[in-house]
Amino acid sequence: MAQPTRDELLKDLEKIFREVLNNPKIVLTPESSALNTPGWDSIGHIEIVMMVERQYKIRFGLGELQDLKNVGELIELIEKKTSA
Amino acid sequence: MIDLSVCSVEEFLTNRRTLLNELRGARGLQELRIAVLGGATTFELVNFLELLLLSRGFKPVFYQSEFGRYYEDAVQDAAPLIAFKPDLVYIYTSYRDLNQKPAYNADESQFTECVQATLAHFTQVWDSLNENLGCLIVQNNFEASPVALFGNLDAVHAGGESRFLLSVNNALASEVAARPKVALLDAHGLSARFGLSQWFDWRRYWSYKLLLTPEATFELARSLASLVAAIYGKSRKVLVLDLDNTLWGGVIGDDGVDNIQIGRETPVAEAYTEFQEYCLRLRERGIVLAVCSKNSIETAKAGFKHPSSVLKLEDFSSFKANWNSKPENLIEIAEELNLGIDSFVFVDDNAAERALVNAQLPQIAVPELGDDVATYIDILERGRYFEAFRVSHEDFARADAYASNTRRHAAQKKFANYGEYLDSLEMIAEIQSFRPPYLERIAQLTNKTNQFNLTTRRYTLAEMEALAADEKYVTLYGKLNDRYGDNGLVSVIVGRKEGQQLHLDLWLMSCRVIKRDMEIAMLDRLVEFARKAGVEKLLGCYIPTAKNGMVAELYPDLGFAPSANSQNGSTFWELDIRQYIKMNKHIRILEVTGGAANS
Repeated sequence: MAQPTRDELLKDLEKIFREVLNNPKIVLTPESSALNTPGWDSIGHIEIVMMVERQYKIRFGLGELQDLKNVGELIELIEKKTSA
Repeated sequence: MIDLSVCSVEEFLTNRRTLLNELRGARGLQELRIAVLGGATTFELVNFLELLLLSRGFKPVFYQSEFGRYYEDAVQDAAPLIAFKPDLVYIYTSYRDLNQKPAYNADESQFTECVQATLAHFTQVWDSLNENLGCLIVQNNFEASPVALFGNLDAVHAGGESRFLLSVNNALASEVAARPKVALLDAHGLSARFGLSQWFDWRRYWSYKLLLTPEATFELARSLASLVAAIYGKSRKVLVLDLDNTLWGGVIGDDGVDNIQIGRETPVAEAYTEFQEYCLRLRERGIVLAVCSKNSIETAKAGFKHPSSVLKLEDFSSFKANWNSKPENLIEIAEELNLGIDSFVFVDDNAAERALVNAQLPQIAVPELGDDVATYIDILERGRYFEAFRVSHEDFARADAYASNTRRHAAQKKFANYGEYLDSLEMIAEIQSFRPPYLERIAQLTNKTNQFNLTTRRYTLAEMEALAADEKYVTLYGKLNDRYGDNGLVSVIVGRKEGQQLHLDLWLMSCRVIKRDMEIAMLDRLVEFARKAGVEKLLGCYIPTAKNGMVAELYPDLGFAPSANSQNGSTFWELDIRQYIKMNKHIRILEVTGGAANS
């Protein structure tokens, strides 16, 4: 199966964010972070991580997520994990 | 709509918002205030629980302690919890919350001390909650230790955590058994059946203090939701069984009784025997069994005369074998047993029959049985249909009571008139004010009776205890015995005094004893006790629900006059009792000395 492109990943993530944070108006960019995305709190974060893991059938290692600064870096991590 | 009792975590998460919106909009939900006091993070459990409880007809409102603060919230600073006024507190703890474990080199006496100290920790929590809130408490026991430092010896050695947790679980079980307001959630059994390696989630624990995998949390939530439903009387009570390829292998009408598969001769026969034994065990613990089969009645009954049949004809409280549709027969069974179809579980190996029942009678639980008898028991167990909060002697006698109802039904036909039939039953009732040995049963009956129930108000055990002790209330319970058996405690009335008037806040009766004039005996006694309390007028109110249509005319039938205009469908009635003359003619009232009105 072909690797999803970064744009596709961004669209997938946007769908997950909208569902988990219960806000259909969220628009994600690679620069989106907890600071500039309404509702992205710690509980929302936990659910987003879970949904991402389930969607791509990957597991983030302990510590892999703690230094992520924004959605762009999350996309890079997903690419790394799914191509492995 | 997806079936939450069997759906996967995936389906749940994907459909959560839609389901929430759908279920929150349902009418007639019962508000339930639940405090979850956690040793670990609780939000995920609460998310699952909310949907599961909504699907069982509750409208849950939650309070969650800060992570790890269950002890503080319960014992040291209970004010926020008291202000929340929970109906139920769940103490969500794991082995990680136990801090009095034996040292690796502990001896037997130190081991025992640690078990006792751990038990004392939890009894202190329960006592404090009971004192401050008086509500129900659900406490889970503990999973097996994820680490066995000594290997197999860990379950033997006094310093082994495995043995320690087993002993703590035993101690908790004995203590819970002695406390009517504490229920145990068997996390030990649940995690063992699920698999301990899929239970704990260390990655999420170190990241967010979420101890369990989402799948394990969902299992725990399902178990808790079933327990809560059982506490509020929403468990299933009746197991309706198909025959061919469900209770025995083969088609009896084609193969003949000698050729059906039951007994010990073949693997298939052994598996059907095991399933019949399982059904019999359910009957013994109080589940009512019924047959619903497409067969002629003689052919169907012949199957139970097979020498290897574990189940006998008399084990079934209702037996329908004919060529009518299964939904029609199920409705007839419900009428015969006087039980709602929402208390039914329908078991059939035929997928088409299951689909038909599912579509026409969605209130009935229809497990996806498949057609492999080796998995029937497992599939029924996974549905958690028959969860029980407490078992009483009434439960063990229930199946017999329904069977004797069928005999009563048969006897009825022999009499010239109904009064003669009632007299032949030789009924004896004990009708008295609430008193301690019966309060638990009174609360249980109050929370599960839906049909003969004028107001459908629910009360906790604590509230019933308070009413029993309050002089402003005239309370009555009624027990009914007859020549076919003891029906147990079957009716409850709560009257609230206001000057010389008595408001009937609650009047209910078990459907087991409908049309036996028990309501008349109850009214006679109520008038007697009310007069002693200085009451001149009874005020009754009928609040209609989807299920209590049978008592819409109870008050006028008993001679009450309309007292006010109806509101939202509720009707209001009054009865001047100064001139009341007793009406009961068929039930002998047992006098118990010392049982005056609320004295």
